[in-house]
Amino acid sequence: MANIKRSPWLLHYDGSSCNGCDIEVLAALTPVYDAERFGVMNTGDPMQADIFLITGGINAQNQATVKQLYDQMPRPKVVVAVGVCACTGGIFKDCYNILGGADTTIPVDIYVPGCAARPQAIIDGVVQAVELFQQRSDEHDALVKQNKEGREK
Amino acid sequence: MGKRSVIPFGPQHPVLPEPIHLDLVIEDERVIEAIPSVGFVHRGLESLVDKRDFNQMTYVAERTCGICSFQHGMGYCEAVEHIFDVDIPIRAKFLRTIWAELGRMHSHLLWLGLLADAFGYENLFYQAWRIREKVLDMIEMTTGARLIFSVNKVGGVIKDITADQLRIIDGTVTEVEAELRDLEQVFLEDSTVKSRLVGIGILTKEQAHDLGCCGPVARASGISCDMRRLGYAAYSMLDLEPVVATEGDCFARCKCRLYEVYQSVDLIRQAITKMPKEQELAVPVKGNPNGEYFMRLEQPRGEAYYYVKGSGKPFIDRLRIRTPTFANLPGLCEMLKNTELSDVGLLVVTIDPCISCTER
Repeated sequence: MANIKRSPWLLHYDGSSCNGCDIEVLAALTPVYDAERFGVMNTGDPMQADIFLITGGINAQNQATVKQLYDQMPRPKVVVAVGVCACTGGIFKDCYNILGGADTTIPVDIYVPGCAARPQAIIDGVVQAVELFQQRSDEHDALVKQNKEGREK
Repeated sequence: MGKRSVIPFGPQHPVLPEPIHLDLVIEDERVIEAIPSVGFVHRGLESLVDKRDFNQMTYVAERTCGICSFQHGMGYCEAVEHIFDVDIPIRAKFLRTIWAELGRMHSHLLWLGLLADAFGYENLFYQAWRIREKVLDMIEMTTGARLIFSVNKVGGVIKDITADQLRIIDGTVTEVEAELRDLEQVFLEDSTVKSRLVGIGILTKEQAHDLGCCGPVARASGISCDMRRLGYAAYSMLDLEPVVATEGDCFARCKCRLYEVYQSVDLIRQAITKMPKEQELAVPVKGNPNGEYFMRLEQPRGEAYYYVKGSGKPFIDRLRIRTPTFANLPGLCEMLKNTELSDVGLLVVTIDPCISCTER
């Protein structure tokens, strides 16, 4: 955590979860567990979000919505799949309307297990996401700098 | 007369923890009509009866919804128990009642927090959720999990609550009650809160009845309906009077749910004193379910139905669940007519929508 210089914002979307993980995501953000002490903040606006928390599996109806939310987020971005349904489809894997986990539609970086995922596990996933976001931002900055120098030459 | 336009609300919206989409037909700032479209959370849970046997379905039924998960499992188990025609031990009935009421307490506290967030009181939201954590701690202490605790089985329950744990539960619900009395001052007395809630989204008794609303939405409109009076689990052995308000506005719905937390505290205390000591936790169930049953119970959000049909095979033929939010959605569309656009988020929250139940 020592190299963290940024405060990424979180976007949360409920894929087709049973609500258990959504409520735990909210519980992790409230002061008892307080994920905000790691510098993250919950936002409802995908255009200003850096970390995408997705709960629940993907179905035919919400696939387009999930894809759209992911595309609306500015680069660099990190995706965290919270709960076993978002990881693999979970108990609903065999249902006719479930296509699978979140990685069937968007690239997922961090998988948080659990049914429902506990707030401690979600915080662990968020902290890993913050570190990954820092790394990607650094790479992004280096790339921008390189391009700028290339143009100047 | 302004020009009519359509504004989409959802599926991803800051006020909603869950996706629901409403097409709001507005004229200037006034909502003329609201057209809901659903299906974002549909999984096809009921179809799993082909792949999981009737015992395993208990755990699938619980995952209909993460907030009232215990009550979904209980509704399914009671329906199958009625098909088998078995009587579960009295202690198991009381244990189910205690867990169901703890579930109701955490659901209502969660809702009070979401409501506070919807009218812009972030601090109050955090306070309500802080109190809710105490209820979750009790659930974790007795079952080992926080939200989906899988302690039901066909024929009874899996775990017991020890005498020490009962004493802790008794102490903690008293604490929760005292802390909520403090917050009650803000929810029911504060003038800013009142100006956001009083007289907004009125649903009359006739409308609530005609549209088939249930649970706190119907009770806030003056209909005294509470399925717990049917006497499933141990409710026939407890004293229970439905919390009813007559105004039918957002304030009445807030008041109803707040007082229902106190009612749950009272029911838990009654259950602890009336519970029989040492007893078996479950009766053995032999064979496969053959027959059908229609179970009704009162969830935090209202009345839910469970229809189970089996034909002597380990895999049941049909499981059908009707959830309270589905019954309350027509009421919501009625409430939204002629309201300000800025009140839409608040009104959607006041029916306590549980979309994952509704779409399963």
